[in-house]
Amino acid sequence: MAAYEPVLLRNRGVEGSTSLKVYESRGGYQSFKKAIKMTPDELIEEVKAANLRGRGGAGFPCGVKWSFLPKDRKRTLLCVNADESEPPTFCNRVLMEHDPHQLIEGTIIAGYATQAQIAYIYLRVEFHEQFHILQKAVDEAYAAGYLGKDIGNGYKLDIYLHRGAGAYVCGEETGLIESIEGKRGEPRIKPPFPAIEGLFRMPTVVNNVETLSNLPHIIERGAAWFTGIGPGHSSGPKLFCVSGPVKKPGCYEGPMDITVRELIDRDDFGGGMVSGKKVKAVFPGGVSMGVLTADELGMKMDFDDPRNYGLLGLGTAAAVVVDESVEMRMVLRNLARFYGTESCGQCTQCREGTGWMHKIATRIAEGAGRLEDLDILLETARNMGMMPGLSICGLPDGATYPIETIVKKFRSELEESIASQPQGRSDLVLSVLN
Amino acid sequence: MSWKTIDRTLPMVEPGAAPVLSDALRAKIKSFFPRYDTKRAVLLPALHVVQDALGHVSFPAMKEIAEVLEIPPSAVMDTLSFYTHFWTHPKGEKVVTVCRSISCEVMGGREVLDAVKLQLGVEEHQTTSDGKYSLATEECLAGCDYAPCLLINEKLHKCVKASDVPKLLADAGNDKVSMPRSDLFDGPKGDASGPSDLPDKVETTSDVSEMREAD
Ligand SMILES: Cc1cc2nc3c(=O)[nH]c(=O)nc-3n(C[C@H](O)[C@H](O)[C@H](O)COP(=O)(O)O)c2cc1C
Ligand code: SF4
Ligand code: FES
Repeated sequence: MAAYEPVLLRNRGVEGSTSLKVYESRGGYQSFKKAIKMTPDELIEEVKAANLRGRGGAGFPCGVKWSFLPKDRKRTLLCVNADESEPPTFCNRVLMEHDPHQLIEGTIIAGYATQAQIAYIYLRVEFHEQFHILQKAVDEAYAAGYLGKDIGNGYKLDIYLHRGAGAYVCGEETGLIESIEGKRGEPRIKPPFPAIEGLFRMPTVVNNVETLSNLPHIIERGAAWFTGIGPGHSSGPKLFCVSGPVKKPGCYEGPMDITVRELIDRDDFGGGMVSGKKVKAVFPGGVSMGVLTADELGMKMDFDDPRNYGLLGLGTAAAVVVDESVEMRMVLRNLARFYGTESCGQCTQCREGTGWMHKIATRIAEGAGRLEDLDILLETARNMGMMPGLSICGLPDGATYPIETIVKKFRSELEESIASQPQGRSDLVLSVLN
Repeated sequence: MSWKTIDRTLPMVEPGAAPVLSDALRAKIKSFFPRYDTKRAVLLPALHVVQDALGHVSFPAMKEIAEVLEIPPSAVMDTLSFYTHFWTHPKGEKVVTVCRSISCEVMGGREVLDAVKLQLGVEEHQTTSDGKYSLATEECLAGCDYAPCLLINEKLHKCVKASDVPKLLADAGNDKVSMPRSDLFDGPKGDASGPSDLPDKVETTSDVSEMREAD
């Protein structure tokens, strides 16, 4: 197989890659100059033809989302989702750290295509270095005339960085919108969708950092080039994260035809497990998509194959490897705690469901579980979320899949650990927990 | 069972006390107005500005922020209480935020957290008696390729081993990132005039300020 030429990460490792000078010297902002001569509709058609699917987790086609904007709108607002808080995802961080101008150029192209005049980059507060890198790049872009009044063709765009303050649910697009408005990051009931009524009740587009970083390349090389990369409905370059006890944890790029096993083992990806460790389980798409056993590593990292393994989807394509030394009940507790503490609490089923799953998973982890707890977990998981129509946002669906797949795929291990609990332990733990 | 009663008549803001927000801070908060359609949207930037300058956001500070943004103080508290990043009481000079999510746990994050607790002698959400350190935990910090990791103020410490912790916490410069930067919230150098074609009044029914205006 011919070596893959990185696209999104092509500037990583280049000396001074965050500066405008270096970015321009490597062909940067040429796509912007090309795009600004096209009409917004031509741009939207090009992105539609490329079938660029959102990289933020849901995989919704970007061009189609843009075309939902009302034709007679007076203003449009653009929000860049750089909240990146799904464990164990860090590809947006890598993009901003190494190539902030690629994101800015993509944002300008998206802004022009949707005729937005303001773009807010919603950055999670823990991204300190990335904030400074990005703000500096924005300043440079203003100074060079890529941002501000009349940047070409009478178009005007301001980019403002907006820092979050530590809440997973602010990554959800309407939670993000509420948060920019200065409110609690509680997601909104949809419809109306943001494209119709979003930030400040204006038509709004929310796009992920990686989605936007693809745009300059689509404009430069065309939709046909883009669809030529990767399989079927999963076109274009994709970033994959791999973490856990592998030799080379990190962010890698490739077409979406690699398998989870390749992601872990190949020398140009994870480089294999560190010596003495064996794969027990992998969460391949961020934790919210669910878990794979060591026998299921043939899964392809594309938008379709995860479903065949009982997972929710490709998610953020960030894989964490759990090795044999880790007990699944500890993993179960870690994830249950995550959703339990990050639910915003608006919807009863989500608030109570994730809360109870946290409690049950904690007592299983502490050695006070009961065998019937596993069925209670499954029942709870099935009875919350957007899919059964019981919640405002997708957070509880993202909680259902990992909990359900852990319990189903690792049931015998969990049953064994419950059965082998020391006598009297449950009384002790329950008295502490309740 | 005895019911514990709280004296709700105690004022959380002393009447007649000197303002806690300096004119410079107020000006900095106001410099964000052109960026947003509503003043309420400046709340998160304002809370960041105040916490960065004063260490935490006290009740008097909340009240004064509310005045600057022309929203009720309860709206400030409502928003603030949602986010884990803001402190309503004094915190330590440095906040150690240990990641507790899955990659870090698999790579030994729990031992790192225990080592930090042992070294500082505090539990989560507590501050050392010398006021130097506060301890917090957070979900995934998006540094999983460097798991286990922790944040000290703005610096991410990567691949931390439990045995590194004493040395790490003793290091004076452990909370700073050295890089060229524009001042934390300085606006863009070019055109900061804000949107040119703003509607006179934006309808945001869920906006408390608007509701109050309607009263
Ligand atoms: C609970 C929850 C958390 C989310 N967190 C993020 C996030 O951190 N970053 C992100 O880009 N999208 C996140 N999303 C997805 C967004 O709602 C939205 O689909 C995405 O930003 C759209 O951008 P895209 O079409 O470019 O992918 C989250 C969704 C949910 C339900
Ligand atoms: S589903 Fe959960 S996180 Fe989403 S809005 Fe409802 S309570 Fe909040
Ligand atoms: S799990 Fe700790 S940084 Fe992601």
